[in-house]
Amino acid sequence: MKSLILIIITSALINNVVLNQFLGICSFLGVSKQLKASASLGVAVIFVITIASAVASLLYDFVLAPLGMDFMKTIVFILVIAALVQIVEMFLKKTAPAIYRALGIYLPLITTNCAVLGVALTNVQDGFNFIESVLSGFGTAVGYTIAIVLLATIRSRIHEEDIPAPLRGAPIVLISAALMSIAFMGFSGLSF
Amino acid sequence: MNKYFERIYNGIIKENPTMILMLGMCPTLAVSTRAMNGIGMGLSTTAVLILSNLVISLLRKTIPDEVRLPSYIVVVASLVTVTELLIEAYLPSLYEALGIYIPLIVVNCIILGRAEAYANKHTPMLSVMDGLGMGLGFTLALTLAGLLREVLGNGTAFGAQVMPAGMEPMAIFVQPPGAFLILALIIAVMNAIGIKTRQRKLVDGGCDGACAGCTAECPTNKEVDAK
Repeated sequence: MKSLILIIITSALINNVVLNQFLGICSFLGVSKQLKASASLGVAVIFVITIASAVASLLYDFVLAPLGMDFMKTIVFILVIAALVQIVEMFLKKTAPAIYRALGIYLPLITTNCAVLGVALTNVQDGFNFIESVLSGFGTAVGYTIAIVLLATIRSRIHEEDIPAPLRGAPIVLISAALMSIAFMGFSGLSF
Repeated sequence: MNKYFERIYNGIIKENPTMILMLGMCPTLAVSTRAMNGIGMGLSTTAVLILSNLVISLLRKTIPDEVRLPSYIVVVASLVTVTELLIEAYLPSLYEALGIYIPLIVVNCIILGRAEAYANKHTPMLSVMDGLGMGLGFTLALTLAGLLREVLGNGTAFGAQVMPAGMEPMAIFVQPPGAFLILALIIAVMNAIGIKTRQRKLVDGGCDGACAGCTAECPTNKEVDAK
């Protein structure tokens, strides 16, 4: 039990997917301009990564590994993720139109989010079983959401400030991200 | 200028994928801890990019328009798998250093972006040159970022000591925050000397950040726009 909680904390805070692993940078920098959009994207990412980790783990354990087709994992995972995002989109559209509308454009954008493929591949690399994979996927996605919501909040503050001209736009956002990354390094001191 | 060399010039200088178009940010930040890693990652991506441009350009009349994106992804994923196995077999130390970021070349926006924006409209020869130019531009940017981080954070360049031995290296630059800082400084310098990075397109009032070149080029997002 303790090790399972540790997986969530490690993947969410200590090895934060954005600030430490550099996955999903595109949407992290792109969408964080608005707090509401960031929160919606965060929820969509939690949803998709958790399901994708579960499916990828099952596929690997019961299809790829027994057949000795380990080398096919990149191709299989990326196709599964693309199909999965489509299915989740159609499913939500039919059964939960309110959630579907709230997530809007951010749901299909997730296919190009490298965090999803990254988590699926890391789970296999670390030899996680099904439950560990799902938890690590969930933890990673929560870490992503924490990071993007925090950055969105920071950006809404620096928006009003008088920033030197060359630093406006991307550079000041990257510097904010660097400071957040320094803060998150503090979590590596957590010990259990 | 010869139109083939024009593609290379275009990829390295005029439309440098990392510096000007702001594509492929994840590998740029992640593997630029050492200049050598930057070269390794850049050349691996270049190899995949040249071959994927070639294959997609050859198949451009065969692949039906509706299923072109899944087809491109399969082509790119296969090429990446081949590259990964080759690196694992012949360059084990590079394989160790790049780790998970080799399979993640599949989701590098540059590759799908060039497939959609260039290779499916042009002849194989031109597409190969475009892939070569873009790949070299990416390699150059990665190596520059890697070199800066290595010199500042470790006091070495390509593994050789360059800073005076008495100088304490600033370790922060080889740690994750340093990646963000160096990239911020490179872009700030480019802004200051007046090099224009491409004006970013807005997606639904949301996406305009660094990799939103993605948004302009990434086919998936383009489709989203069309909806």
